[in-house]
Amino acid sequence: MTREVLSVRDMVVVFDEFVALNGVSLSVAEGESFGLVGESGSGKSTLLRAVAGLNVFESGTLTVSGKRYEGHRRDRDFYRTVQMVFQDPYGSLHPRQTVDRLLLEPLAIHGFTDVDARIARALDEVGLGSGFRFRYSHQLSGGQRQRIAIARALILEPKILLLDEPTSALDASIQAEILNLLEQARKERGLTFVMVSHDLGVVSHMCDRLAVMRKGEMVETVSVEALEKRAFSQDYTRQLLVASEGFRRT
Amino acid sequence: MTPLLTVDDLRVSFPTRTGTVEAVRGVSFTLGKERLGIVGESGSGKSQTGRAIMGLTPGHAKITAKTLNFDGIDLLSASAAKRRSLRGKRVAMILQDPKYSLNPVMPIGRQIIETLKTHESVSWGEGRQRALAMLEAVQIHDPERVFDLYPHEVSGGMGQRIMIAMMLVCGPELLIADEPTSALDVTVQLEVLAILDRLVAERGMGLIFISHDLRLVSSFCDRVLVMYAGRVVEELPSANLAAAQHPYTQGLLNCLPTIGSHRHPLPVLERKPEWAL
Repeated sequence: MTREVLSVRDMVVVFDEFVALNGVSLSVAEGESFGLVGESGSGKSTLLRAVAGLNVFESGTLTVSGKRYEGHRRDRDFYRTVQMVFQDPYGSLHPRQTVDRLLLEPLAIHGFTDVDARIARALDEVGLGSGFRFRYSHQLSGGQRQRIAIARALILEPKILLLDEPTSALDASIQAEILNLLEQARKERGLTFVMVSHDLGVVSHMCDRLAVMRKGEMVETVSVEALEKRAFSQDYTRQLLVASEGFRRT
Repeated sequence: MTPLLTVDDLRVSFPTRTGTVEAVRGVSFTLGKERLGIVGESGSGKSQTGRAIMGLTPGHAKITAKTLNFDGIDLLSASAAKRRSLRGKRVAMILQDPKYSLNPVMPIGRQIIETLKTHESVSWGEGRQRALAMLEAVQIHDPERVFDLYPHEVSGGMGQRIMIAMMLVCGPELLIADEPTSALDVTVQLEVLAILDRLVAERGMGLIFISHDLRLVSSFCDRVLVMYAGRVVEELPSANLAAAQHPYTQGLLNCLPTIGSHRHPLPVLERKPEWAL
């Protein structure tokens, strides 16, 4: 196995009395694409947010590129390595900032100087021309907004991308475009993906390995090949698989 | 069989500062007691078609049609009062997200009774009985408890079942479901669809199912209309989906990632301007 870049051991996240994550462990190798599936409330997004420092975790360890992190404090290095794309492209872009301003912010925080060239290149990479640079997010379609969100994540040249349901708010036809864009970015930059989705079809398309989560616990971890051969042990995984095949009249 | 609903050359346009936007441009179909699916991307006019039938198009929009007829009633010339008496009673609509389509400050039971009381003269007690029976019909296990809850106290899947209960309580003849499961989890989606499917079959309703997911629609409906840029580009029976002729329909079918098909990159939809003509 290649070098491990992201490792979570026995992570526990508690909201008031509610245990959202109950001792979850995972390990992601460099260049791997790892999927997390499960229904709402299974803790898959909580895990991703705890890694990104948006939720506090009570106990357990988080190691990213050999460095330990705790609570919700993350240093600047962390965000140079790890970036996140959220589910709702309508809610994750500032409504009163232009695309230019949105993309400038991460660059300014991390002290880049060649901002103009970088913004132009980032827009180009996500398939939006420079014509989009001075638009507001309400002037963009859902798919275009998600492209901007991806551009904002990639502009710092991170090594790891956390994707929280990046296409579930989009039409099926736009979803294909965004998934292709993400795959291409991963291939070109050798990125590591951790992707959350409730759609097994999407996860099996994008990932090499996936973990099935339920009620804050990891039910099992299987490779996509094993999933295709139905070589998994848990009944819950089978239920998800049946659900992903669509409606059947009984 | 006389059709329940006849739509001929329906057009919906919105005047804006920069000119008229034509959302629906000449849609025609007839519907009996069957399940019809309308599929298309965002902006294809599928929701506006449903809304025009329901009479929920914004006031400044312009609707024209050669025929827009529901069971002998000309919907375009019907008075506002007449349409109000149809809406909820004989034609009902399920919207996408129960978080936004239920009244947040009214308990669930009262909302269902409100629908009943608008259309029938029922006592509170009888209304309560019928609301509870309806909640049970959508497989809510503890209707007495749910009756007194507020919408924010229930999950999305339960919210959507409540929405279905509220829409069906008056026994409509036509049900329009606009993306009824898009806001729900995959596992919950199937439950809600199964409930909807059973109730539509048992009560003999006409159903218009609007969605962007062609596979889902085809597994659920008898017939599918595929819309692009405000027009119907193809109409086909669900069983013959594989025989779809139009490149747009084929594109919609192919763009979904499925387990076991290794297609990298995924085929994306090409949108040709001549399809919109």
